[in-house]
Amino acid sequence: MATKYDAGIGSEIIRSFGARPEMLVQILHGFLERYRCVPREAVPQIADELNLSRADVHGVVSFYHDFRAQPPGDTVIRICQAESCQAMGSRALTEYARETLGIDFHETTADGKVTLEPVYCLGNCACSPALMVNDRVHGRVNREAFDRIIAHHGA
Amino acid sequence: MSDAIRIYVPRETSAVSLGADEVAAAIAAAADARGLSVDIVRNGSRGMCWLEPLVEVECDGKRIAYGPVTPDDVEPLLTAGLTEGGPHALRHGTVADIPYFARQQRWTFRRCGLTDPLSLDEYRANGGFDGLRAAFAAGADTVIETVTASGLRGRGGAGFPTGIKWKTVAGAAASQKYVACNADEGDSGTFSDRMLMEGDPFALIEGMLIAGLAVGASRGYVYLRSEYPLARQVFARALTLARDAGWLGRDIEGSGFDFDIELHIGAGSYVCGEETSMLDSLEGKAGIVRFKPPLPALEGLFGKPTVVNNVITLASVPSILALGAERYAALGVGRSTGTLAFQLAGNIRRGGLVEVPFGMSLREMITEFGGGTASGRPIRAVQIGGPLGAYLPESMLDVALDYEAFTAVDALIGHGGIVVFDDTVDMAAQARFAMEFCAIESCGKCTPCRIGSVRGVEVIDRIVANEGRDANLALLAELCDTMVDGSLCAMGGMTPFPVRSALKYFSEDFTGTRSQGAGGNA
Repeated sequence: MATKYDAGIGSEIIRSFGARPEMLVQILHGFLERYRCVPREAVPQIADELNLSRADVHGVVSFYHDFRAQPPGDTVIRICQAESCQAMGSRALTEYARETLGIDFHETTADGKVTLEPVYCLGNCACSPALMVNDRVHGRVNREAFDRIIAHHGA
Repeated sequence: MSDAIRIYVPRETSAVSLGADEVAAAIAAAADARGLSVDIVRNGSRGMCWLEPLVEVECDGKRIAYGPVTPDDVEPLLTAGLTEGGPHALRHGTVADIPYFARQQRWTFRRCGLTDPLSLDEYRANGGFDGLRAAFAAGADTVIETVTASGLRGRGGAGFPTGIKWKTVAGAAASQKYVACNADEGDSGTFSDRMLMEGDPFALIEGMLIAGLAVGASRGYVYLRSEYPLARQVFARALTLARDAGWLGRDIEGSGFDFDIELHIGAGSYVCGEETSMLDSLEGKAGIVRFKPPLPALEGLFGKPTVVNNVITLASVPSILALGAERYAALGVGRSTGTLAFQLAGNIRRGGLVEVPFGMSLREMITEFGGGTASGRPIRAVQIGGPLGAYLPESMLDVALDYEAFTAVDALIGHGGIVVFDDTVDMAAQARFAMEFCAIESCGKCTPCRIGSVRGVEVIDRIVANEGRDANLALLAELCDTMVDGSLCAMGGMTPFPVRSALKYFSEDFTGTRSQGAGGNA
């Protein structure tokens, strides 16, 4: 399932941002797009090609929520946990999602299909509660809508 | 152009989250099957989220609105004569006459939803680049004077006068200066930056060009949060279109002025919305807050003088240049001049974006525009200004929506997000969340924020569990003082605002003494 790391591709990603150290966050996004994570093997390579220390790169990778070290399940469901969605029942929806999928936040179902993540605001606050399925935002999500979403994604 | 019927279906996150893409596809398919020639325009949102997906049809120069439309409504709508603006239960008449829209005064959002966001022709036909042309004609000093005279203040939340900030950057001697646009709109209850970038992206580009011209910067950066993939797509495309048409790059419009913009994507960190942390993130580093001074205006991005402004601040500027500072300054009250695009969110019947001059009461905003709660239950609390903003009780809703009136009640308008809660809310849980969120998102540089937030969660848990309640209430008050006085930035420094307000106005939720009829939090 996980794409094998290829140092040549890694180098291509780094060079596509001009190998500029100030582009590190954007370079890591480049890895995320290619590998759905920042592979461990990428860290020393990035450090080397940007002339930074491994600690520098690791510090940036670990600071940001987006940069996971392992690829997630086929579908990532991110349920908004912020105030506007709380006001519209996101706590109950989150509980329902946990029970239905049998996993907690930052976990993936045993079949590798769905990863559940928290997110703090999707900017869809006039249509709370909101969640994001991969790159698609859904608004006014109730239990039935949640069931339809996971059925659609084969979970 | 042709005799094709123009039908507008928003390509905007909220509309898409409720099925706008499917509605657009259904209209295309149904029109095709009927042999109708339609031109489907994917516009921005009018801000009436409760009517999304809001489909508009152009008839005799008017825009007739239907909504909320589902794909299943499309066939019946076409049968009812949608293309001629025919009657239907979902018909709302012309957009301009819908009270929610008609009662607004659109300044920053005047084109949003009206035009094709990615059509430079439509942008120009509706006043686009008039501000930049006026700026070229007036020169940098006059631009700064005009922005100062308008009274425009930073719309990201801090409310600092924009003209003064620009003057500081303009006056700094440096080989390179920057304009950094903060589009890291992380506050819950806010979405105006996103709507602007999805619905009228050239307005932000124009605002940044004017800022660059005013302060002598040749490079701009937009720092957009990763949670906004559609805004990213639209804005990236707008940058390409603007560059190809010569609005970005060298010698823009033969003025001799060079300026280009680079789009950077954040990586899920709330604190990167704090300006100095954003600058570090733009430099490719972890988003750790910097000490101030030095001010970013003097030593900002890569140590160079930098204008850091929010999306709405920058997008408000072109019309100020085009229409005049007096027009803008005539709106609003006191030192809160102009308009603010308020965002109605949470448990609200008619959620959406409402751009009005400062001064309206919060109650009028929530009841007249918002229509009360979505649940139909009584309003109990309203949080304004995001996760660092105070919770106000129903009894305080008569406060006027202006910066000073909010400061007077220890609250803040911030970025204009208004989140309504009904009477099922548990305010101790909300206070706990404020601390929890701070613990999750703290950059970790200063101790009051990093450790204080963790201790805050624990202390609130003990209070609710009635473990040494009085002593822990005193401890929480002291902890809040320490965080306010000792934190490096607003993250730790303002997290106590929601906590203190919850304690002050809803103390019964912490002591289990709330009267009957109150439900648990959903």
